[in-house]
Amino acid sequence: MNLFIAVLLGISFTTFLCLYRLFTGPTVFDRIVAASAITTKTIVVVAVLAFLYNQDIYLDISITYAILSFLAVLGVAAYIVKQKETK
Amino acid sequence: MTLLINILTAILMFSGVFFFLAGSIALIRFPDVYTRLHATTKLDTLGLGLILAGLIVYDGFSLASVKLLFVIFFMFLTSPTAAHAIARAAYKSGVKLWGENPIDRYGESQNDNS
Repeated sequence: MNLFIAVLLGISFTTFLCLYRLFTGPTVFDRIVAASAITTKTIVVVAVLAFLYNQDIYLDISITYAILSFLAVLGVAAYIVKQKETK
Repeated sequence: MTLLINILTAILMFSGVFFFLAGSIALIRFPDVYTRLHATTKLDTLGLGLILAGLIVYDGFSLASVKLLFVIFFMFLTSPTAAHAIARAAYKSGVKLWGENPIDRYGESQNDNS
């Protein structure tokens, strides 16, 4: 469907805006915020691709990606806090 | 009926893309880690909810809709948690708040207790 392709193009454009902050973030936390925003957009892209290709298995990939991105952000944040406390 | 469903899907999905765009512009333009986090967490969660709601309206009542509802529920639950973890880690690593005289209730409460 043309609607889905237009939505995918719009999301890709916003992903490039996030990539700017990922490359030039002053602190490491700016990069974490940008990476988490990009993973949110990736979840939506995979879910829309499932309807574009008529493959329901992509929705399971979307669920798994949501859980993994949440765990990754929590892991990085806990790692940085623990690193500061041990110094 | 099909035309009505298509129009509703288009409205929901394009408003979701609009919220994604606003969140990305905020990520570029805002001056601070905390303000960027504040903007992107809420706008990205709302954009995801709107686009997946558009997909649910397009598909009707099926197993795929249940999976999409689960994704929306899970993101509404985990996105604020992740944002809170990032903000806490940034504060503990000593990232300064933006502005001349920032209001820092968290630091004041820490000083009162100790």
